[in-house]
Formats: sequence, structure tokens, C-alpha cells
Amino acid sequence: MSTRLHQGGRLIDRSKQVSFKFNGRRLKGYQGDTLASALLGADQMLVGRSFKYHRPRGIVAAGPEEPNALMNLGRDGRFEPNARATTTELFEGLEAASQNHWPSLEMDVGVVNNFASRFMPAGFYYKTFIHPRHAWKYLFEPFIRKAAGLGKAPTDADADIYEHYYSFVDVLVVGGGVAGLQAAKVAGEAGAKVLLLEQTALWGGRAPVDGAEIDGKPAQDWIDETVQALEGMENVTLRLRNMGAGVYDHGYALGYERLTDHLAPSDAPRHRLWRIRARQIITATGAIERPLSFAGNDIPGVILAASLRDYVVNFGVSAGDRTVVVTNNDDAYRTALVLKEAGLDIPAIIDARPDGGGALMEEARVKGIRVETGKAIAKVKGGKRVEGVSICSQAGEGAEQKTFACEAVAMSGGWSPVVHLWSHCGGKLTWDDAHSFFRPDPTRPPLGADGESFVSVVGSANGMMETDTVLADADATAKSVAKTVGGTPKSTAAPKASPEPQASMAPVWKMPQGAGYELRSKMWLDYQNDVKVSDVELAAQEGFESVEHTKRYTTLGMATDQGKLSNINGLAVLADSLNAEIPKVGTTTFRPPYHPISMGAIAGEASRELFQPIDKTPIHAWGEENGAEWEPVGHWRRAYCYKRPGESTEDAVNREVKAVRESLGLLDASTLGKLMVKGPDAGKFLDMMYTNMMSNLKPGKCRYGLMCTENGFLTDDGVVARIDEDTWLCHTTTGGASRIHAHMEEWLQTQWWDWKVYTANLTEQYAQIAVVGPHARDVLQKLGGMDVSKAALGFMEWKEGQIGGFDARVFRISFSGELSYEIAVPASQGRAFWDALHEAGQEFNVTAYGTECLHILRAEKGFIMIGDETDGTVIPQDLGLNWALSKKKDDYLGKRAQERIHMTDPNRWKLVGLESVDGSVIPDGAYAIGDGVNENGQRKTQGRVTSTYYSANLGRGIAMGLVLNGPDRMGEVIRFPKVDGEEVHAKIVDPVFYDKEGEKQNV
Amino acid sequence: MSNAVSPLQGASFDGFARIEEQGLRGMITLRGDLADGGFGKAVAALTGCDVPDTRRCEVKGDYAVAWMSPDELLILCPHSAAEAGVAQLSKVLSGTHYLAANVSDARAVFRVSGEDARQVISKLAPVDMSPEAFGAGDFRRTRLAQTPAAFWMPNDKTIEFICFRSVADYVFALLSRAATPGTQV
Repeated sequence: MSTRLHQGGRLIDRSKQVSFKFNGRRLKGYQGDTLASALLGADQMLVGRSFKYHRPRGIVAAGPEEPNALMNLGRDGRFEPNARATTTELFEGLEAASQNHWPSLEMDVGVVNNFASRFMPAGFYYKTFIHPRHAWKYLFEPFIRKAAGLGKAPTDADADIYEHYYSFVDVLVVGGGVAGLQAAKVAGEAGAKVLLLEQTALWGGRAPVDGAEIDGKPAQDWIDETVQALEGMENVTLRLRNMGAGVYDHGYALGYERLTDHLAPSDAPRHRLWRIRARQIITATGAIERPLSFAGNDIPGVILAASLRDYVVNFGVSAGDRTVVVTNNDDAYRTALVLKEAGLDIPAIIDARPDGGGALMEEARVKGIRVETGKAIAKVKGGKRVEGVSICSQAGEGAEQKTFACEAVAMSGGWSPVVHLWSHCGGKLTWDDAHSFFRPDPTRPPLGADGESFVSVVGSANGMMETDTVLADADATAKSVAKTVGGTPKSTAAPKASPEPQASMAPVWKMPQGAGYELRSKMWLDYQNDVKVSDVELAAQEGFESVEHTKRYTTLGMATDQGKLSNINGLAVLADSLNAEIPKVGTTTFRPPYHPISMGAIAGEASRELFQPIDKTPIHAWGEENGAEWEPVGHWRRAYCYKRPGESTEDAVNREVKAVRESLGLLDASTLGKLMVKGPDAGKFLDMMYTNMMSNLKPGKCRYGLMCTENGFLTDDGVVARIDEDTWLCHTTTGGASRIHAHMEEWLQTQWWDWKVYTANLTEQYAQIAVVGPHARDVLQKLGGMDVSKAALGFMEWKEGQIGGFDARVFRISFSGELSYEIAVPASQGRAFWDALHEAGQEFNVTAYGTECLHILRAEKGFIMIGDETDGTVIPQDLGLNWALSKKKDDYLGKRAQERIHMTDPNRWKLVGLESVDGSVIPDGAYAIGDGVNENGQRKTQGRVTSTYYSANLGRGIAMGLVLNGPDRMGEVIRFPKVDGEEVHAKIVDPVFYDKEGEKQNV
Repeated sequence: MSNAVSPLQGASFDGFARIEEQGLRGMITLRGDLADGGFGKAVAALTGCDVPDTRRCEVKGDYAVAWMSPDELLILCPHSAAEAGVAQLSKVLSGTHYLAANVSDARAVFRVSGEDARQVISKLAPVDMSPEAFGAGDFRRTRLAQTPAAFWMPNDKTIEFICFRSVADYVFALLSRAATPGTQV
């Protein structure tokens, strides 16, 4: 059983006990524990179930490479799935639950998959569920979806907040082990601005655990001194719990800082995403130990040798009284020595190398540890826990020679440098035969905008396997990087570490090398996704020669650990099966992030009230106070209607519609785009932008205009006012303000750069209020000021002056068919002007109205609305707007496109009014059915509804729609099926339902 | 006039930096040929300032001139002086190709001040806020989280911002959250 040793544990504080819950059970750990070390300390060997076969899984590693110990953490708004126990620091009250089992971790029904595992090899899903085709959707997929998945999806909104931080440095150093510390020190001393990130809560990496000595002192002393020196440098920033997550183009990198994960829930930001621009990046990300592939290597109690050492040295935790060590290299002997030192038994060290190891092996033998060279594990005994191992010859096929009873197996298959960050942005790798690993190829680095390398790798991430070479490498590289960024490195020598002589390792990809199928189908490569040696071999046999294809076919390395333990072993097996060399097979692609980061960190501040900026007009607050029902229009919120107490939405809209037609309405039209276009060529420019003529508009006059894209489709509309000889003011739709401004600028900057035209977006400078209805003039005259009589200010004219003491620009334009003035005042005075209009309008039953009323009024008049009658496929000709297409001009945007055959097709659907026969409202978007079926066997259609409303003024439903040959079919009745199976019959009519002669607006 | 109000009417927040909405400020968008002598004279006559270099601003008393793009300046002035300023520029520049518009009311102005004021910006804008990279006289047209903004530093502990009026409360909430006590980087 795993347990807490009575002494040891350099990171824990035994005087501070911490209680936490695992699967509802209350357990104890110490301050300084990770969740993983606390679980082991509490004899919780079984921590989860594998994805496919639901096999029992134990902790196998001590860092971010851990594939098994994935937890559901927390609850409600702080629930998080798939958290690694090994990277989760323990705090009082932590709640964790294991994943992927039902009904319980100990008793899991899904384990039947395990017994069926021989029937579920690689590609099982692809092969089995492909026929019959329809069964996938209705039978197989729902079943597999239910069975699949590790953590649960959170159901509550995230209760935490997050933030970003932009950082700009000369040198970013990722990794705070001895290599990273030395690199940061060298670059800092050279005067460079340095940021050093370390993913754990502690500086120094594994050097103290491994017993390194630097400059004649224990590694920890050197680490403490170096950190102190770095803290004294103003140009160096040190961050713990901040993982270098990804490297991107142009020296961009992400740091994932976990601010409160190690604390009980708080209001402080939980994570902070560092968005870093670095001139140079040094990665000192260390190396990850590889498992060995032997039968039963996934049984809880089989742990990576160096990780087990971490647990003993850092946390005073053992995985069992008796540990068998199995290795192909010298490093694992350190684990044996550490365990022995802690008073635990080592029944044997199984070394696959015929001649065993070097000095460390001798030391182990001197300490009385039995070493079996040239041997392999034939099989691990046990189910939910290791009970023992049988050994055999590594060179053979697995005939069991001896059995050792034990509770734990410490394995080491060698090391893989963490090359992820080097590779993210294109750095290439080279195969190192001596150590059997891929390391960065310095001749093929990631290149920056200047074509030069911007990432360097130092230490064991660069394939250096002894402390002395690690430090020398970091020192030399940092000096050269510091020079690149203009620093002056000191000429001090690199720190010296005591020699660590090691015998060379032997590549061992299968144990024993001649293992038969029975054993190979129990050798796990990918613990989380249940990929075995036999699966990769099967993929090779079936013709998957590319490592990327094999990965997808077998799911090797596709789990949440992204193959940190399994990739190299898997591709070595693939290479062996293909009889190819490992470097020829290559690696899969390393993609950021290095280790999963939270969605919250990516979103940063953009949550809750800061999710998205919402544009508010100067009159917005009045709406809040007066029952506005808001609807989004572009990024604005506009009032759909203003509900009085007790009123339904429908009632409010109907009241507003009648009040405007009968008396006086006010609309907040501030959101309409207002683009100033000025210059000697402004008239020529606007003649290109609009389909109709704008250059001949007289100052003081207004004209309604249409804008098309170069493909001829209607994109925006609005009233243009000519301000003076070379200045025009173009009104756009609410959603079109920024878009049309950008559209104008694009044409000016990229096509007509020599035309003398300037534009300015003045949308927000003005509050604009539409004063509409038979009493519109009365209320303005009551406020007093400029003359707004018919004679002084005719229809489609504008004027500047004062109204009621407000600076105003008054446009006599109408989108409702009523007598109407649109009045622009400076935004700072908008609310006051709105209030003044309300006060003066009391006697005229002044009524604020919203966008729905606006829509109904315009629809009664047959005015089109961009976004309703248009959808990006509609041209002005479809809407009967030929009158607005100037024939005097040689060109305008869209003119030539509108001459294409498809555009001039007489069968294009055209705009008509639609009147339901029974007076009801036709559903929005409804299609009119035609006769027969099309080539897909679908019912033919002959038109669709683009706008549809209940008109309180007319007491019936009215609609507009695009209908095949519509304008030629006046009076004909067409049928619109509804979703409830009923049909609405509608008569094709003229789209102008109200005041066809336009007399009401022209008074 | 008395009817004129700024969007948040002077709202403030005290975190590890102080956030204040600044009330009404006059602003003029001026486009033209920045290298033209007559254009420079017109700017100087109104503001007392030279045409600033790229990403810089010039300050003289109540007036300031900021570089917005290769053919655009932003003139800052008292709110009540903006209309007259546009009129003066229009008169002086008449006959040349230019655009001058009063944009005072299209904007909101904020001030962030305090020892760690720079950190508030570093959480929201992709700009190097280290003292050696950004200081008095610098001007940056950028974004704050998801909305356009521009800022400059009247002194080493103070940053002034402009953003669109319609998003004033978003920006205020943004700055306040970034300045929450205890969240210094």
C-alpha cells in the first residue's frame, strides 16, 4: 500500500495538516502536498478508469505528463473536469472526484469493455459502426457518446474571474529549473529585460531531488542564491505558477499563470493569461521520463522511477514497502537508492542492459540491492494494485524465470526532452542515437520576421543529461542570446557541477523484445486512451504508415495529455513494425498549449458584464427608466418598444403605432450612421458609392440613396444631405455605420487613393431624434426657434439653427409616411433635448416609440429595410427600386454586376405586398409553395415573406415578400404553409398599404 | 450650455489605481496633409502646438494635438472651444483639401492615476507600458479589451484615455475591474 513515511518530504509542512475530500471521503494531507501526493499518502492508489476499457488506473507521474489521475474538482460555479492531481496543489477543503466510472470507482460496470478488449482493437469504432450508415446517427453514436468522455461538462456558469496581461521583454525564459535560472541570470546580468516563467510553485526543478551538487554545494543552495540574485535585478521578472503554454509567430508567447488554484475559492482573478512579446525565447523545459512497455505496465502501483523519487523526497510518500525497479538506463538507480535510504525494500533492480549500468549500479550493489542485468519484466501481477512481477530475459519471448512480490514497480525507459515550445512555431528535431530521443536541431530553428532564429533550447530540454552539461549549455546559449538582443554578457564562467558518470542507456521499446501477442496486447502505450503495443502494430499491418494516420487510427497521443508519455514509445513501435528507422517515421505535430489551459484564461476579462461592449445612446437611460424592451441592433441596444406598467409587448407596440399616426411620436434614431464625406472629389466618390446621383444634390437638400457591393447586391441605404459645396453627410443603417465607413475607406485607400476625399465617422457626435406625426411641427414650433414651416423647410430639405435653445440640425425626412423631422443635437445635449420634447409634447399625447413600431410604420408605407428585404442576395431591381439606379452615370459600384445574366433573369423573385385573406399575420420567413417538386424531391417554392407585422392602423396583418413574377400577379392568392401544418392564403398586392399618394408626409 | 453632460457625469472608482471619468472635453478630428506648412501653421495658430510625430502628442495648456494616422490629427481643447476651433480651422484651411469636425460629444474621457496605473492598461491594451517604452509625449491609438481607445500620459503616474461615448460604462467597468484592489501583477 502507498503511505506517508514517518519522515522526509522537503516540500511539505507536517505541522500543517490539510483536509480534503476524494469521492466524498474525507482525507488528510499536508500543506505543500499536491493532490496526487496527498492521495498516495492516504493509500489511494486507484484514481480513475481508462477511457475505452475502463481499466483501473493509478498515479504514474508527478508532473503535467500524468495521464491517469484526472479529477473533477470543486462544485457548482467552480466545478472543473479533467484537472491533473499532479499539478493540483492541495488546499483546505479541496473536493475532488475521480472520472469515467459508474456506479463507483471501485465497482465499475464499464469494465466489461476490458474483458471485451480483444474484440475492440485499433480502428474498432471505424470498422464496426460504419454499416449500416443510418445506424450511426440513431443507434451507435448516441450510445458511444454516453459511454465516452472522461470529465463531466460543467453545468453552472464559471464563478471566477480571469484576466490578461500584456508583457514585452527582450528575453523570455520558460522553465525555472537550474538551466532556466542560469539562463535568466546570464541574460539579466547582460542587461536584457528578462521574464522567467516556472509552471510549479518552486524554483530549481528536479536538481535537488536528484542530488546534484553545483559549485561544490548542494543544488538547493545554488538555487537559493541564484533566485536571490535574480530578485535583485530590476530588469528581471520572476513568476512562479506560470506555465509557458505556447510559442507563436513573431516572438509571441503565452504564459498561463494560476493565481488562486492553490487557495480556497476567492474573488481574486483565478488565472491570468500573459500575452508576451519577446525578442528572444529560451526554453528550459526539462525532460519527461518514458515508461517501459511490459505486460501489465498500467496496473496501479507501476510508476515512473523519477516520479516515485519525487514522491519520496518531496512529499515523504511511498508507493509500497517493496518496489521493483525496472530500467534501461542509470537514472532509475537513483530511485532505488532513495527508497533504500528511506528504509524501504528493493527486491530487485531489473536492468534490460546485458551489462547493466555504471557507477550508480555499483553503489546500489554496495548497498546490498540485487541487480538483475539483461532481464525484463515478463508480467506484472495484480488487478487494482500491483502484487508482484515475474521476470524473464530481455532477449527472449517472455518465459518467466522468477517472481518477486512487491507493491510498486518503478520504471524508466529513458527520457524525452520537452521540445514542445521549440516545435510550436516550426523548430525541427533531430534523433539522438546515444540517448534514443528527439532533441531540437539548432540548424533548423523557428524563424522570426527577420528570418533569424527566435527560440533557443537549453538544458535537458536540449538533450543535456548531466547537471554540468546542463549548466554549461544554459550559460553559453544565454550569453549568445543576450548579445542578439543587444546585451553585454559578463565573462564569468558557467557554474560547475559534480560529475555524474553514467553508463549509456539501451533503447528498449518492448519488454521482452520477443514478446508474443498475448503479452503485447497487455503493454500499454497510451494509458488514458487505452492504446497498446498490439494496436500500433495492427495499424502498421493495416497500412497506416504515416505516424499522423496511425495516431488518428489508434487515438495514440490524442488524450488530454497529448501523448507526453506515449508518443515516442508509440512511434518506436510503429518504426519497428514498418522496419524503418525512428527518425524516418518522425513525430506527430506539437501544438500549443503545452498543457491544457482554462477557457476562462483565454476569455480573460470578457465575462459577465464585460462579455461584450454594448453601445448605448445618450437617451438609453431614459429607456431603462421607462419600460424599454431592448433588442440588439449591431452592438447597440435599441428599444423594441416602451412598455407601460401592466402592458404586454404587443399592446405597447399597437399603442405606439396608433399614437404616431394620430398625434406625435418620438424615436431615438441616434444609432443611425452619420458619415461625413468631404473634398473636391467627394461628389464623384459618392456617385460611385451610391447607385443614384449624389453629386448634383444641392446644398440644403436631402436624397435617399442605395449602396451596393461590387457584386451588385444591396448592402445599405439611407438619406444623404449635402452640407456645403464639398461636404456631404451620409446616413447609414444602424448596423452599417462602421461597416460602410470601412467600405468607403477601403475604396479610397486601395482603389482611388488619388481622389481628394476625406471621411469621418460622426455617428456618436450627435443624438438624433425623429419627431413624427401630425403634431410634429406643432411641438417644434412650441419649443420655438428656427422656422420649420413647410415654406421654410420643405420635404427632403435640412437646416441648421436652434430649437428650444438647442443647437440643432433638422432634416425634413420621413421613414414613416408622416410629417416628420429628424433632429440632430450634440450627444451631450441629447437627453436634455429628448426631455424637452416630452415636456412640450404632453398636450399632443407625445409617445416614445421603439423599433417595432418603426418597422410597422415603414412597412405600411412599403419602405424596404436592409436586413429584412435584403439578405446579401437581393439587388435593387428585385425590390422595384429601379428609380434609384441612375442612368446618367457611367458607373457605380455594382452596376456591371447587375448586368450579369443571373441578375437580369426575369424569373428573379420580386418585391410585392402580401395581404392574408383572413387578416392574420403570416409567419416571418414563410415560403410560398409552387407546383410540383424540384430535382431533390422537395416541394417547389415561389416566394418568401421578408417582413410581416400586425398593423394596428389597418387592423390586419400586412407583409412584404419576394415572389416569382410577383408584380405581374397582383390580386392572385398564394399559399404559405405554417409549421403547425396549416396554411395561410395571401393575396399579392401593392407593397404600399397606407397613404399611397404620400400626402401625409408632405404637409 | 447647461444641458450638456458627459456620459458618466464624473463617475469614479478607487482601486489600486484611481479611475475617473473626466467630464466634457473638446475634440476636433482634423484630416489633411500633415507635412504641409500651411496645415501646420493652422494647427499651431489654434493650439500653440506643432504637428506631432508618429504616435506622439504635443501639449500646450488647455490644448493638445495627437497623431491619429498619417493624415489625421486629434485636437484636444476646452469643450466650449471646439465649435469655434472648427470654424477657425475651416477659415484658415479654406481652399485646401482638409476635413475638420467637432467630435467632442462622440467621446468619453477617462483618467487612471496612481503608483501602478500602468498595470491597469497592461491588462487591457496590447501596448508596452514600461516607462522606457511609453511616457509623457507618447500617444497610442489602440484598443482596451474589445473596444477602440487612445491614450497618453500627462505625467508618469497618470494616463488619460478617450473611447467612444456609447461604451463609456463598459470602459469604466473594464478599468475598475482591472484596478480591483489586490490584483496588481
